[in-house]
Amino acid sequence: MAMLDFEKKYRVRGGTLLGGDLFDFWVGPFYVGIFGVLTAIFAALGTALIIYGASQDTFNVWQISIAPPDLSYGLALAPLNEGGLWQIITMCALGAFITWALRQAEISKKLGMGYHVPVAFGVAILAYATLVVFRPLLMGAWGHGFPYGILSHLDWVSNVGYQFLHFHYNPAHMLAVTFFFTTTLALALHGGLILSVTNPKKGEAVKTAEHENTFFRDIIGYSIGSLGIHRLGLFLALNAGFWSAVCIIISGPFWTRGWPEWWTWWLNVPIWTWGG
Amino acid sequence: MSKMYLNRSLAVGALSAGLAFVVGCERPPVDTEQKGYRGTGMEEVTNPRIKEAEADLHIAPDPADPVSDEGPRAGEVYQNVEVLTDLSVPEFLRLMQSMTDWVAPDVGCTYCHDGNDFASDDLYTYDVSRQMIEMNQYVNANWETHMDDTGVTCYTCHRGENLPEESWFAEAEAGEEVLAMGLGNRMMQNKPTDKVSWSSLPRNGFDRFLLGHDDLRVEGDTILPNLDEWDVSIQDTEASYGLMMHMSDATGSNCTTCHNTGRLGQWDESPEEREISWHGIRMTRDLNVNWIEPLEADHPEARLGPTGDIAKVNCATCHYGEQLPLEGTKMVQDYPGLIGEPDEDFDFLQFGDLGTDGLRDRNSE
Repeated sequence: MAMLDFEKKYRVRGGTLLGGDLFDFWVGPFYVGIFGVLTAIFAALGTALIIYGASQDTFNVWQISIAPPDLSYGLALAPLNEGGLWQIITMCALGAFITWALRQAEISKKLGMGYHVPVAFGVAILAYATLVVFRPLLMGAWGHGFPYGILSHLDWVSNVGYQFLHFHYNPAHMLAVTFFFTTTLALALHGGLILSVTNPKKGEAVKTAEHENTFFRDIIGYSIGSLGIHRLGLFLALNAGFWSAVCIIISGPFWTRGWPEWWTWWLNVPIWTWGG
Repeated sequence: MSKMYLNRSLAVGALSAGLAFVVGCERPPVDTEQKGYRGTGMEEVTNPRIKEAEADLHIAPDPADPVSDEGPRAGEVYQNVEVLTDLSVPEFLRLMQSMTDWVAPDVGCTYCHDGNDFASDDLYTYDVSRQMIEMNQYVNANWETHMDDTGVTCYTCHRGENLPEESWFAEAEAGEEVLAMGLGNRMMQNKPTDKVSWSSLPRNGFDRFLLGHDDLRVEGDTILPNLDEWDVSIQDTEASYGLMMHMSDATGSNCTTCHNTGRLGQWDESPEEREISWHGIRMTRDLNVNWIEPLEADHPEARLGPTGDIAKVNCATCHYGEQLPLEGTKMVQDYPGLIGEPDEDFDFLQFGDLGTDGLRDRNSE
């Protein structure tokens, strides 16, 4: 595969996370590294186990479901076809995600840049680990994890929400949803802006950051700037993932009743009874 | 400087959010019970510490010592006895004493009886008690679809209080159009109350479903909406949902106790609890319409609600936040006087589903 002219400059061996130059090579445009090798192993093993799990039941892609063990197994290992697969696949998934983040960190280190990318991906891993590790640990059984299946995981989401009667009253869920929507709004505004300035009218030059700023100052009185929008995007997206993790870890371990009832703390604030 | 200011605001924000969270929340470990296939998320989640704090409320009193069933019947010995005539005198007195302990432990016999003449029915509570005993006998004999052989006694609802702590009145603003500024008719919504587990759902669900017999089902049976055949409004849906919230709250359970929520209306995917609850809704209509409402005229004004209605039954009246009231104790088995004869004409489909013959005063609707 052809290399971009400046790419050669960056393709330098050494500067790995662990030191040494084991697996310190590229396949086509892709850097491998020790963590790339580990990711490939975890991902391949996990995928193979999912296919094995499907073979025990159905290959209908909508209906394939690798379900966690019954709650009765608690935090112990379960037989393969009764949730054990889910447990091993969860380990593979976490292994693949974490080594992928480490590979991102290694690339960042080799390039001498900041660690924003692995940190951001780390928040997504945290959200996943919250669902399948931290919350099950706090509630005392692996069976509280969600099943790996296109439709079955939606059933799980629905039922776990309804365990708390009305999940929209979960304060952290409110924050997470708001951050998710705001992320997409910011991305839409930013994407629209970039597409506009890079696709000028025929015969006109591509527009610059000054045009971008002017457009937003005209329309909403403020422009966050071309660097700022990326900081804002990161802030919004990471908060979406972070509050998602919070909203599920408080549901069960830290609140067992309907979420609407949680808000009675507000009704109990003494401001309502002051002055008789 | 601005960075310091930012840090300080973030710290204050995090602290107040953390405080609100700690003040408002519970802590692990929690108890869980699986209700469906593994991984479907159908689970009961309960806090054992809350259960323990409420334990006294949920423990049934020990039954009074058994007495002889021999000798003359109460109806032969005492005057003005109508509903417990066949009990032996010792059994009759035993039940009277137990009823006093269950319903009026502070006032004693004179809560219902004239102290100078126990046969007098001058006090309104005398007739109410008589009706309530009949109601007990009727319910225990006919509503096994909801209660199996667990049955009820006065204590199931009263728990040592003159009036069951859990009951409901119609809302003062029921049926009125209450306009909220800029928001139009409030449709009985957006006012926190335990009637709808503190959600914003309409507060008149009990009137519609536990006194009236509106159809609770709002889910259509076609994939796309078909308004010609299934004209259910958002308000209908929210009222239904509000009653469901109450049922969950009142029985200390949640939506997944009775439903696989991805397909709420599917009976073949629902746990058996849903069928039991379905009968519970009919039973509650029966109690409210045929037994409680007829007593409204007897009651003094102080006992009535804001619209002059009598305190009525909902799920919490017996359940008090438990799936099995009094932890499933079969109290009534020790009080045969409270079990009546099954009614041959009894048909649970006559409480709103295939007719309303079972609802004494509401046949015209």
